[in-house]
Amino acid sequence: MDIWNVLEYVAWGASVLFGFFILYDWFVTNSRYSEEVLTSSREGELEAMTEDQRN
Amino acid sequence: MANISTSAPEKVGLLRVLGPAHVWALGVGIVLVGEYMGWNFAVGKGGAYAALIACWFAGLLYTCVAMIDSEVTSTVAAAGGQYTQAKHIVGPLMAFNVGLYLVFAYTMLEAANAITIGFLMDAVATMTGHEGLDQRPFIVLAIMFLAWLNYRGVLATLTFSLVITAFAFSAVIVLFLATAVLTGDSPLRHADLMTDLPYGWVGVLAAMHFGLWYYLGIEGTTQAAEEVRSPARSLPFGTLAGIMTLLIAATLTWYVSAGLMPWEYLGQAGVPLFDAARLSGSTLLMVLLGIGTLFATLASANGCINDASRAWFAMGRDHYLPSWFGAVHPTYRTPFRAIVFLVPIALIFALGAPLDQVITFSILSGLLEYTFMPINMIMFRRKWPLDSIKRGYVHPFHPIPALVLLTLCGTTYFAVFLGYGTQLVAMVAFYIVVSLWFHFWRYRFVNRGAQFTMPWPRPKGY
Repeated sequence: MDIWNVLEYVAWGASVLFGFFILYDWFVTNSRYSEEVLTSSREGELEAMTEDQRN
Repeated sequence: MANISTSAPEKVGLLRVLGPAHVWALGVGIVLVGEYMGWNFAVGKGGAYAALIACWFAGLLYTCVAMIDSEVTSTVAAAGGQYTQAKHIVGPLMAFNVGLYLVFAYTMLEAANAITIGFLMDAVATMTGHEGLDQRPFIVLAIMFLAWLNYRGVLATLTFSLVITAFAFSAVIVLFLATAVLTGDSPLRHADLMTDLPYGWVGVLAAMHFGLWYYLGIEGTTQAAEEVRSPARSLPFGTLAGIMTLLIAATLTWYVSAGLMPWEYLGQAGVPLFDAARLSGSTLLMVLLGIGTLFATLASANGCINDASRAWFAMGRDHYLPSWFGAVHPTYRTPFRAIVFLVPIALIFALGAPLDQVITFSILSGLLEYTFMPINMIMFRRKWPLDSIKRGYVHPFHPIPALVLLTLCGTTYFAVFLGYGTQLVAMVAFYIVVSLWFHFWRYRFVNRGAQFTMPWPRPKGY
C-alpha cells in the first residue's frame, strides 16, 4: 500500500465526515426551528429592512 | 414535530456580506477552468487561428452578456439572477424555464469539474509512478467539501473562491511573462507552428462551440444579487471587471499554447496550459500551472454550487417548486436545503455520466439562457425606459449588444447542431415537456400577486 492508496481512504473518510456534518446539522436545524421560520425569507424584504434601518 | 427554540428568530433571510471582489471571484472562478482546459478543442475543430477567431467572437458575445446582465441585475437585486429577471420582465413560464437552464447548466458544470479533479489526481499519481488510481473518492470529496463550505456560509465560500481564483489567474500571467517577455530566448515558436485554416471557414464555425468555454459562466455573478452589500455598484463592477479579466486570460492562454504546441496536439490535449508549462522546460512553471489547474477547477465547482442553489432556492421561495426548497439556515444564512438537494444529483452525473455528455448538457442549457437575455433586455428597455427606473449601470449602444448577442447565439446553435444535433433536439424536447407540466399543473400553487416584488412603476403600455 503506497501513499496514493492511503490518500484514497483519506478521501473517502473526509467525504463521509463532511456528509455527516451536513446531515447532522440539517436534522438539528429542522428540529429546532419551525417551518414558518425556515421558509420566512421573502424576495425584496432585505431592501425593505435596509430602508427601515436607515430611517 | 419541530420544537421552536425560545431564542429563534421570527424571520431569516440571506445575508448581505459580499463586496465587488467576491462578485469578481464568483464570475471568473466559474469560468477560468475553461482557460485551463476545454477551449483547446476549438483548435481541433478548425486549427489555431479558428480558435483565436472563436475566442474573440465568443468574447464579443460574452461582453454583450456582461453588459446586459449588469444593467438588469443592478435593478433586480434578488437571488435567482436571470430567473428573477425573467419573472419580472417576461413572465412566469419564461422564468421557470430560465431557472431550470441555470440549475442544469451549473450542476452539470459542477459534475464536470469534479470529474476533472479525479482526472487530475490520477495524472499526478501516474507522474509519481502509481498506476490505476481510484478517482471516485477524489470526485466525491470535491463535491462534499464544497457543498459543506457552501452550507456553512457565503462569505467564507466566496473568499475561498477569491483566493484560489486570483492564484489561478496569476499563474496564467506568470506563464505568459516567463515564456514571452522575460526570457531572452523565448520558447514560443509561432512562426513555425501556425498554419492556415485546415478545415476552412466551416472549421471556424465548428470552433465556436468550444469557443464558449473561454467565458461560459460569467453571467453567474448575478446570483450574488441578494448577498452583496451594494448591488447597484458591486454587481456591474464585479461583472465587467470579470469579463475584462477573462478576455485577457483567454488571449494570453491562446498565445502561449499556440506558440508551444502544434495544432494537431493542442486540439486534443487534456490540460493544455499545464502541457504548455511542461514544454517551457521550467519545473517551477509546471508546479505553478499544475496547482493553478486544480484551483481553477475547484473554484469553478464552488461557484457552480453557489449559483445552482440560489436559483433552486429562488424558485422554491416563489412556489415554482415546492416551497420547502425556499428555506434559509437560521445560523449560516444559506439556502441549505437547495444546496443539499443538488449534491446527490451532482454525484450521480459525476460518477455515472461521460464527461463530454455532461459538458454538452451544460453548454446547451447555457446557450438557451443566453438566447433569453437579449429578448429580456429589449423588453426591459421597452417596458421600463431609462427615465422610469433608476439603474446602477446603463449599458451603451442599446439595442446593438442585444442584437449582436441574438445573432451570435443563432450562429452557435448551428455550430452545436453540427456536432451535437441529437442532444440539442432532445434537450429542447425536455424543456417543452417540463413547460407543459408547469403551465398545466405547477403554476396553480404559485401566489401570483406575491411573486412580483420590485417597487417599479407600471410598465409602459400596460
